Amino acid sequence: MQRNHNHTTIVTVEKVIDETPTVRTLVFSDEVMSNVLPGQFAMVWIPGINELPMSVMISDESGKAAFTVRKHGPSSTGLFNVKVGEQIGIRGPYGNSFDLKEGKLLLVGGGTGLVPMMRLLTHVKPTDDVTVLIGAKSKDEVFFEDLANKLLANNAHKVIVSTDDGSYGEKGFVTDLVERHVEQTKFDGVYVCGPEIMMYKTVQSAHSRGTFVQASLERMMKCGVGICGSCCVGEDLVCKDGTVFDGQHLSQNKEFGKFHRNKAGILENY
Amino acid sequence: MEPNLATSIGPISLDRPVMLASGILGISLDVFNRLYRSGAGAVVTKSLSTEPWEGYPNPTIFSVKGGGWINAVGLSNPGAEYFAKMIEPNKDVPIIVSLVGSIPEDFEKMIKQFENCKVTAYELNLSCPHVAKVGLEVGDDPELVKKIVRTVKNSTNVPVIAKVGLGTTHYLNTVGTAIESGIDAITAINTVRSMAIDVQTQRPILSNKFGGLSGTPIKPIALRCVYEISSKYDIPIIGCGGISDWEDAVEFFLAGASAVQLGSAIGDNWIDVFNEINTGISQYMKKKNYSKIEEMVGLAKKS
Ligand SMILES: Cc1cc2nc3c(=O)[nH]c(=O)nc-3n(C[C@H](O)[C@H](O)[C@H](O)COP(=O)(O)OP(=O)(O)OC[C@H]3O[C@@H](n4cnc5c(N)ncnc54)[C@H](O)[C@@H]3O)c2cc1C
Ligand SMILES: Cc1cc2nc3c(=O)[nH]c(=O)nc-3n(C[C@H](O)[C@H](O)[C@H](O)COP(=O)(O)O)c2cc1C
Ligand code: FES
Repeated sequence: MQRNHNHTTIVTVEKVIDETPTVRTLVFSDEVMSNVLPGQFAMVWIPGINELPMSVMISDESGKAAFTVRKHGPSSTGLFNVKVGEQIGIRGPYGNSFDLKEGKLLLVGGGTGLVPMMRLLTHVKPTDDVTVLIGAKSKDEVFFEDLANKLLANNAHKVIVSTDDGSYGEKGFVTDLVERHVEQTKFDGVYVCGPEIMMYKTVQSAHSRGTFVQASLERMMKCGVGICGSCCVGEDLVCKDGTVFDGQHLSQNKEFGKFHRNKAGILENY
Repeated sequence: MEPNLATSIGPISLDRPVMLASGILGISLDVFNRLYRSGAGAVVTKSLSTEPWEGYPNPTIFSVKGGGWINAVGLSNPGAEYFAKMIEPNKDVPIIVSLVGSIPEDFEKMIKQFENCKVTAYELNLSCPHVAKVGLEVGDDPELVKKIVRTVKNSTNVPVIAKVGLGTTHYLNTVGTAIESGIDAITAINTVRSMAIDVQTQRPILSNKFGGLSGTPIKPIALRCVYEISSKYDIPIIGCGGISDWEDAVEFFLAGASAVQLGSAIGDNWIDVFNEINTGISQYMKKKNYSKIEEMVGLAKKS
């Protein structure tokens, strides 16, 4: 029988990979999640703790998928601490996905925003010329650089890291790199996921030059299915209309890059 | 002649008979505008309280095998004062403001905060089944219902609706009490208290353990309630619970409802559901030669 994506499926964590001191990847077997489209997410139940939206990460073994989580507040720390052999619940996949363009592509990821970018890399054509920009605070927090290079082994490609403190790669914000790249090269598609300010600036840099750009938004999510309303940005519901939106659309949205809603639904400044 | 989808629920007039139920998507004016453009006759806000509430931690929603949802969002809302400021610019969308509170003064205070807003009606949530000291716990106390309805009616000229559900006090008695105290209309019903347990981890799934069941499984119950209320009392009724297509909506009209609300159907069919239902009702009316919704209301009670 076909699985109802709204029903919670219990999976066992089979492998835990430490990416940085604060970021871990948890691998589990699940055919449905192993095949999701780039940009889709799952609602992840950590029994007794919480349920969080998480982008679905790739795994190099077929039939397997993963979540890459940054230890932050109590809920993500709960997921971060799940050990091999322990169970979590997943429902989904939810949300739309990136529209794949061909030719010169620019992928921009910050922190766990790199997760959907890694899945996008598994969908590029061998003829695509791909530039990946990775933003991190410091050397300790850089991850997925090797993975990106590996996934692009058969493509013309560049993977460039920038750190805010200059302890690794180029010094400065990744958005400065974005600005430089979109100025120098006419990309066929720009894709971004990460902190909203970073996405906002990337969308601006690309969209103002008429370049096709898409961003994957994050908002407070309770239901994931378009009922509770907690994830709205302007009149868009991120879980249902997104998470991926075009720069064209986002440039009309008065909340993107400026406000998000807290758990009570009050708009707060970014 | 095209059938007219306009309807009156006592003193409340709407151009279209299908509204958005409380708690569903109802958090921002931009979304209200979108829902109205998508065919909703009115939108009911999330139930608002005197202070902002974060609600319960996740999981707050569970999809039931075979259909329906159990939710324990915990009435998360930004608070009445914030909400009133947000909807102040609204001119076009018929907004029904849903309120929760524990004492009459809570309601009085919140209604004052909406003085500068265009409010089509207030809906008193006397029936949320999963938050302590409000909702059903208020609806189950006839003295409190009386005091709250009287206070609210004295505080505003805007029509006031009471939303009832299945609690420990028979809902028909709660309806009776609300009518005696001056209520203008009744919404029936709210979600039904329920739960879900995961067999692998052997725990209740919702963080609050208990939640409210909504969607198709409660439709026959909601329909029965509307039929019973309209058989016993002469009060305008808004039917709510498990409506997912035009036939469901028409069933509620035939049982005695003058309008309907829906929520869960959005989780299954997204917001296109409003226009689909409006079109279906319209075609049915044409076939049956009705020119107004009113002509169908309560017909099933004749036989
Ligand atoms: C579509 C989507 C994909 C995501 N993918 C990833 C990912 O791959 N890896 C990753 O580490 N994180 C991801 N997140 C973020 C993640 O869901 C949490 O927001 C984050 O881990 C913070 O959790 P916390 O434990 O700090 O929460 P808390 O300490 O409870 O709260 C701190 C803050 O976290 C945010 N938050 C908490 N709960 C939620 C929630 N249910 N929905 C949205 N935001 C919330 C809020 O801003 C909150 O104020 C994603 C979020 C979304 C919406
Ligand atoms: C996620 C969710 C949140 C809800 N929040 C409220 C609320 O704040 N106030 C209220 O009166 N009813 C609330 N309800 C109940 C609905 O308004 C409605 O009465 C119920 O869902 C039955 O209708 P349906 O089957 O069409 O969903 C909520 C229901 C759901 C599913
Ligand atoms: S998370 Fe509930 S509507 Fe998007």
